[in-house]
Amino acid sequence: MNIMVVGVGGQGTLLTSRIIGKTALNAGWDVKLSEVHGMAQRGGSVVTFVRFGKKVFEPVCEEGSVDILISFERLEALRYTHFLKPDGAMIVNDTRIDPMTVVIGAAKYPEEILENLEKSHKLYTIDGGAIAKELGNSKVLNTVVLGLAAKHIGFTEEQWLETLKATVPQKTVDINVKAFKAGYEK
Amino acid sequence: MEKSVIMLGNEAIARGAFEAGVKVSSAYPGTPSTEISEFLAKYSEVYTEWAPNEKVALEAAAGASFAGVRSMACMKHVGLNVASDPLYTLAYTGVNGGLVIVVADDPGLASSQNEQDTRMIARSAHLPVIEPSDSNEAKEFFKFAFELSEKYDTPVIFRTTTKLSHSQSVVDLCDRTEVEDKPYERDMKKYVMMPASAIGRHKVVEARELQMEKDACAFPINSVEMGDSKIGFITSGIAYQYVKEACPDASVLKLGIVNPLPKQLICDFVSKCDEVYVFEELEPVIEEQVRSWGLKVHGKEMFTKQGEYSANMLKKAIYGKDEIAFDKAEAPARPPILCPGCPHRSVFSVLNKLKIHAAGDIGCYTLGAVAPLNVIDTTVCMGSSISILHGMEKAKGKEFIKNWVATIGDSTFLHTGVNSLINMVYNKATGTVMILDNRTTGMTGHQEHAATGKTLKGEETYAIDLAELCRSIGVKRVIEVNAFDIKELEKIIKESVNGDELTVIIAKAPCALIKGQKFPDVCRCTPEDCRKCGMCLKIGCPALTKQADGTVKIDETMCNGCGLCMSYCKFGAIKKVAR
Repeated sequence: MNIMVVGVGGQGTLLTSRIIGKTALNAGWDVKLSEVHGMAQRGGSVVTFVRFGKKVFEPVCEEGSVDILISFERLEALRYTHFLKPDGAMIVNDTRIDPMTVVIGAAKYPEEILENLEKSHKLYTIDGGAIAKELGNSKVLNTVVLGLAAKHIGFTEEQWLETLKATVPQKTVDINVKAFKAGYEK
Repeated sequence: MEKSVIMLGNEAIARGAFEAGVKVSSAYPGTPSTEISEFLAKYSEVYTEWAPNEKVALEAAAGASFAGVRSMACMKHVGLNVASDPLYTLAYTGVNGGLVIVVADDPGLASSQNEQDTRMIARSAHLPVIEPSDSNEAKEFFKFAFELSEKYDTPVIFRTTTKLSHSQSVVDLCDRTEVEDKPYERDMKKYVMMPASAIGRHKVVEARELQMEKDACAFPINSVEMGDSKIGFITSGIAYQYVKEACPDASVLKLGIVNPLPKQLICDFVSKCDEVYVFEELEPVIEEQVRSWGLKVHGKEMFTKQGEYSANMLKKAIYGKDEIAFDKAEAPARPPILCPGCPHRSVFSVLNKLKIHAAGDIGCYTLGAVAPLNVIDTTVCMGSSISILHGMEKAKGKEFIKNWVATIGDSTFLHTGVNSLINMVYNKATGTVMILDNRTTGMTGHQEHAATGKTLKGEETYAIDLAELCRSIGVKRVIEVNAFDIKELEKIIKESVNGDELTVIIAKAPCALIKGQKFPDVCRCTPEDCRKCGMCLKIGCPALTKQADGTVKIDETMCNGCGLCMSYCKFGAIKKVAR
């Protein structure tokens, strides 16, 4: 299975893909992940890949090969749509973060991204930010989105929670479990 | 101990070093190599340190090797340029305890200033190069590299690339093998490289390389997978994975050693296949040598020297296939930017206002070159900002640099910038140097350095005082200022560039991403007071967006309450409030 996690630097894409990777490993699959570090992380468009199966070779997903695209932001979902298989699913966090090109007026943020994507793709949206804020920590929005994505990826809730608990900082386990469940049960 | 875990390539290299019984490691951070040292620092059995630059790191590792223990240095590809002075001569001295130099190349320029290929440097230095293709190989080959180093009495370069370093795959953990320290014995002909002894050592280097070329054919790190004999690939590193993905039935010769090349092994493989492709990222290092032996292979006439490869790219090149048309949606670019609360933004906003040009350097603050800050005019390599400003003055006189400064980070200043400042003092320069002191090595992910007061292992240590350092080398005018005090900054910068005295301005404020900081305030814009003038948007903070009605909204989850936008609002519409 090919999974792509995209977002804006600082949104927790790295951590999310690591949790997916570990869950797949614990379930007995061969796993590869590809991450982005360094300059690209600084508020830029961040792309990570998770692949698992009997034997995985390249650590990245090719265009047109992704089963599930998880995006933490609308514009980033649009940017990487061409990585999806024709029947691939998109999980999108319904939020807008203007890139600097838009802030300074050099480009326009596209209108009605989700409405248009829905016409051509299996699309599942969630307002992870609002749910996370309600739970009391807006930073766990990535775990909320992961919860929703988890249902489409597979594995049991217990398998997910086991890796989640082992991966996030000890102090934030409770809130992350709540956040995951909020997404999973949506 | 046999346990399977998933590991980043860099973590696997650190694990390999641990298992190999390494005792000393020295490094300077550089993407994509940084995490190796960070992971290695977690093993109490290994002494690990951040050195001020790669030359120092390699020399420290060499000293440890001479003393008789397994040692290593880690750096990114351009770091090897800095370390190349000891590198070329260490090829002559050889080692006592094994010495491995990890060098991380960055095809595709994820976070670098060029796409140079370490294998080219290794060839000219006559050093062996080992290259793994996944995390488990990274760990296992790393141990082999030490055996090779000790058996052939040579430093070994361990080459990785961004995709290898920053991808995770499954690793089988083993126990650490303690390696007995070798005794140190004085050996002038081997370790004192003056002409009389170096002449002799050059012969040793040449003989060693010829021997290794023969022996390499039997090294277990090379593998031949014979499949369809119509099509064969010679490849190494991460490129192997793309070959397996794109052409699973083809025959493959995967090289674990890429310098010197195992000639006979390659000749035999080529003779068994109808068409052979050399699939290597960056320079045609393998291809050109194979061709020079009179063998017919395909290579760079089909595959680019630029960027990272992929399975799709290989399929297209070989089969001309483009099965699916990938219609990319039109989406405005999202380039990297300075973070909310970044002190560099404050400094650049003032320089932008004063229409001052900056000779820039390597670090997050290179982003001061792009819109809307548009301040930096030049960026070449670590430490170059100060010398470039100096050269400009010597070329066109002191009037020419009245609207110029050099900008350099604290870690970069200690890396090689200080040498350039000595040159300015010595050769009577009058320029203005700004040290953007954010108390960390930011871009690579917040590593300690000689002025932070902490070691790589997290121990307390002496923190070099940058102002005192500048004064001690003879800079008379050294001014420290809060990086967020834009009024004071403006005054000092104006005075300094217009004056005739060499000045160092140290703009101080910690990087907003250093852990453990509290940000009790956020900035909030009152829409009724906002005059929609857009002044606050000119600083390029990603927490600020212009709403449909023209007023500004500040995202409170992103905002760190640095107050820079507030400083630029003439109408008092932005206020700091408790989070």
